[in-house]
Amino acid sequence: MTPPVEELPGVTPVNAINPGIDDLIANSARNRQNPPPSDQTMIINMGPQHPSTHGVLRLVIEVDGETIVGLAPDIGYLHTGIEKTCEAKFYQQVVPMTDRIDYLCPMTNNLAYALAVEKLLGLEIPERAQYLRVLFNELTRIQSHLVWLGTHAMDIGALTVFLYCFREREDLLRIFEAVAGQRMMTSYVRVGGLSVEPPRDIYAKIRTFLKNFPAHVEEYEGLLQTNPIWMNRLKGVGHLSAEDAIALGVTGPPLRASGVDFDVRRDMPYSGYEKFQFNVPVSDVGDVWARYIVRMQEFRESVKICLQALDGLPEGPIVADAPKIILPNREQMKTQMESLIHHFKIVTEGFGVPAGEATSSVEAPHGMMNYYVVSDGTAKPYRVHMRNPGFATLQALETMCKGRLLADVVAVIGSIDIVLGEIDR
Amino acid sequence: MYDPASAIKGKQAVFEAHPENAAVKALADLATDAKFDRGELTITVARENIIAAATAVQQAGYNFFEDVTAVDWYPSEPRFQISYSILSHKLKQRIRLVVRLDGEGPSLDSITSVWPAANFYEREVFDLFGVHFSGHPNLRRIMMPEDWKGHPLRKDYPVEGYR
Repeated sequence: MTPPVEELPGVTPVNAINPGIDDLIANSARNRQNPPPSDQTMIINMGPQHPSTHGVLRLVIEVDGETIVGLAPDIGYLHTGIEKTCEAKFYQQVVPMTDRIDYLCPMTNNLAYALAVEKLLGLEIPERAQYLRVLFNELTRIQSHLVWLGTHAMDIGALTVFLYCFREREDLLRIFEAVAGQRMMTSYVRVGGLSVEPPRDIYAKIRTFLKNFPAHVEEYEGLLQTNPIWMNRLKGVGHLSAEDAIALGVTGPPLRASGVDFDVRRDMPYSGYEKFQFNVPVSDVGDVWARYIVRMQEFRESVKICLQALDGLPEGPIVADAPKIILPNREQMKTQMESLIHHFKIVTEGFGVPAGEATSSVEAPHGMMNYYVVSDGTAKPYRVHMRNPGFATLQALETMCKGRLLADVVAVIGSIDIVLGEIDR
Repeated sequence: MYDPASAIKGKQAVFEAHPENAAVKALADLATDAKFDRGELTITVARENIIAAATAVQQAGYNFFEDVTAVDWYPSEPRFQISYSILSHKLKQRIRLVVRLDGEGPSLDSITSVWPAANFYEREVFDLFGVHFSGHPNLRRIMMPEDWKGHPLRKDYPVEGYR
């Protein structure tokens, strides 16, 4: 019998080259119950550069033949220290940082941060701003789900859907560009309201998009749900029970696909969601297919919410009435002394926020997103912490993949819809 | 605008103002301090009671662990504030459990035995703040490289110059 590798002289121990292996050994399922004989298993690396890991996710996978017996995600490749950077910025300057956390849903990140700071300040947001926030959040959800569907289908091998999804996403990005001046890093939702009034002709464009979009959803379903390869790759794969989902901190569509009927928009409404009528799609199957069905239904529900927001959009201001916190508009700034002083003070010194701590919670496209902001009374946040959905959902990956074939990992990663920017922050 | 006078501070005042709250009932013995501010309930428990407190709120219906993070109040003592955010799907409300730790060798018990979801979050706090969680199955760095020195989210961590 050959001696273990680490005992050979002059050979670097395997765990020094490959730190993820310690993680696997400490945490893997095979050490908890029914370990297979160790000489039958093999450890392979998937990522960090791998087309189906949606970024820089590295998975250390232990396989017995082609069956997965252990899996450990290794993250941190995209860690940029955004939480630390936030502590050196004024409150308003943090908004562009939040865009870059989950770059598929920047408006949702902006909103979650703005809600937390507004809670600290005790600001009342005008109804028009709330409706516009809801409108653009739901458009962001559609946009994020389109990226999910396109890349998920591409991972499984259905390339056509990817092109169709990105065609519709392009329409949405053009709308965002017209509204916020940026396609992806919008920074549109600000503390106290919105950055600018949307152009008048944008509502007709959004209505055209919403009118055509349900037909496109049927088009995707027509491409996928009659495709036997797609169905066989998804059905019965990556099962997650409701108990496991709650124990492992899973939120959003994967949680609802496991049969837990909880949606922050409906159950703990924010930004005026209580005024909108929509259904929360739930499935109790808990596999990759159920997550697909739940998200496809969310497309339709988001369209419903957007239409209600457009129909009920009230007139009025888009920022709260707080001149010491919100920048005056350019006209006022150039004609009124008071506004000029406020403008100067806000830009140079920021605004103080009463000491305390606040948590905001929103339903992002990927799950529940919380922002925890601590203030010490100065113009810079003392601590900003983001609870992002992907970070917790990644913990459930092993439970979903264990006992399945290696190829199913690709389907499962696609179904939990991770964005590494939000996981590593 | 926010009125600081609207905050209810102190264990007795909060427990009298919200006697029906499930978390208030569950933590009547374990709480050392409490705060009800901006519509959010914060209950402080002692360092050695965190597992007992987590189990108590879980039995009271707070079934979903959301988050644990830390705040570094350097140079004041107790230096670290560990904030747990716990949600109830049924009651549709969340509470914040707080544990305060001294700056010298901060450590407390891991709650992964109550909620396995705390695994990654406790590793993150360990990595970025250097707070030790005893009983954690795999307490290793998660964001920073294995051989990194220091804990970047501490307030005394240098943000410029050479390391």
